[in-house]
Amino acid sequence: MSVLVIAEHNNKFLKASTLNTVKAALEIDAEVHVLVCGFNNDEVVKQTSAIEGIIKVLQINDDLIEHQLAEQLSQVLVQISKNYTHILAPSTTFGKNFMPRAAAILDVSQISDISAVVSADTFIRPIYAGNAIATVQSSDPIMFITVRPTSFEPVESSGGNAMIEKITFNPEEIKTKFVNREEAQSERPELGNARIVISGGRGLESADNFKLLNEIADKLNAAVGASRAAVDAGYIGNECQVGQTGKMVAPELYIAVGISGAIQHLAGMKESKIIVAINKDEDAPIFAIADYGLKADLFEALPEFSKELDLLNNIAK
Amino acid sequence: MKILVAVKRVIDYNVQIRVKSDQTGVEMDNVKMSMNPPDENAVEEALKLKDSGIATEVVVVSIGQEKCQDTIRSAMAMGADRGILIKTDVSIEPLAVAKILKAIVEKEQPDMVLLGKQAIDDDSNQTGQMLSALLNWPQGCFISKLGINDKTITITREIDEGLEHLEIQLPAVVTCDLRLNEPRFASLPNIMKAKKKPLDVIAIENLEIDISPRVKFLKVEEPLARKGGVMVADVKELIQKLKYEAKVI
Repeated sequence: MSVLVIAEHNNKFLKASTLNTVKAALEIDAEVHVLVCGFNNDEVVKQTSAIEGIIKVLQINDDLIEHQLAEQLSQVLVQISKNYTHILAPSTTFGKNFMPRAAAILDVSQISDISAVVSADTFIRPIYAGNAIATVQSSDPIMFITVRPTSFEPVESSGGNAMIEKITFNPEEIKTKFVNREEAQSERPELGNARIVISGGRGLESADNFKLLNEIADKLNAAVGASRAAVDAGYIGNECQVGQTGKMVAPELYIAVGISGAIQHLAGMKESKIIVAINKDEDAPIFAIADYGLKADLFEALPEFSKELDLLNNIAK
Repeated sequence: MKILVAVKRVIDYNVQIRVKSDQTGVEMDNVKMSMNPPDENAVEEALKLKDSGIATEVVVVSIGQEKCQDTIRSAMAMGADRGILIKTDVSIEPLAVAKILKAIVEKEQPDMVLLGKQAIDDDSNQTGQMLSALLNWPQGCFISKLGINDKTITITREIDEGLEHLEIQLPAVVTCDLRLNEPRFASLPNIMKAKKKPLDVIAIENLEIDISPRVKFLKVEEPLARKGGVMVADVKELIQKLKYEAKVI
């Protein structure tokens, strides 16, 4: 039995979601290989081979597969799948895009977004926006699995020394052309694995008002998130959306500001360790799951929060 | 251009679901059902293409119980021309759904298939990708923008890092994000008109497709409930609690 993990990366560095996915893979079997597809990806391969616990890194370094389109990644998986009993990728927009495509070509099903491994063929996954938890058992010869990164502790990113095997990409004609990517630039930690997340909702009332959150985020070294309502209203980019159809987060501290707490939003953050809710409506459902609730006008509470943090930091110094 | 839109009947997004006490699934009796929300965006996008003269026919397909006719009718009330129901009483996995849709595509010969990116019941996010694989068509997933050229489409995909732009040859499979558009409401006259639009019902057995499940649901449980917390009086108290009680800042 061996398990293949598809690394998520941008040809420059490995994304943290890969470390969580390797953790899930190691819970299935000790023979874990990681595939790195891309172009000019030697640095990523080096980082990957240092992951603790993995046996082998497979590298495809080809300009034709630089952008890792779903049509191409699924071709690669079809070529190498026969060597594996399990193929895992993070349940991010990266993994969600190509994994079902590859599974369908091989006539196997996919188990999406697992939150725990019970045994080599049995897994736990949330359904209905996390309002029900299913235990499912697969009978497929190769199991395609996407892994919810926040449900698995990352393995160590250093200490390993896996062997590297270069494999060739045998391209078939595809009908998709990559045009470009608009990646949001941010100095703050990545939303998916930040220790602290501060999110804003419709209550922020404008894009400009998000600077109130940004200021606090910078002081806490936090990532900034948002509810779908805030993204739909154009206050902030889609890459910040937390929820059932956005990102899943589970930080040590999640601060929800001006977010009422629709079940679709809760689905993306209710596994956070400590939840703080600041809302002027005391009946907002977010208070029902918050460890600390503050009924307040956010336009008064946020500047005060920022000021109190300064005081705290001064005392600490 | 002919467009096929696949829609799923699911528990309404506003309903707080309840897990059955025997752990076999969630309570479906007397629960409000609706069209899966991103599927509404798929219907809307097809209708916009029809409004602008690009699409000539919009066909809506659903798979499930007799009651799925309601979902198809609501798409027709929005403006779709025709409906197809693949009737079955058993629950169908995404791979089998993709196989059924492939058979419908081969019969209907659309230029584009639109679907929601994910159903809000099982949250699988697989069907569109699987369908495009089986058809060997290109895929455009999680899109928030669609542009039609002569023989290609340009799409904007919502990805974790921001946005990705692709150009894809037709025919293609496209899965829709909630931000693609604002689905229209059906007017009363259109709801009445939809009742007379053609809706074919096909028994799943007639398609001769292997729909046997590959994944067994051993049990479905309630998630662990979060303990309710405390209300704090002011920001000062909140900061104190975070610093000295929770020790997270």
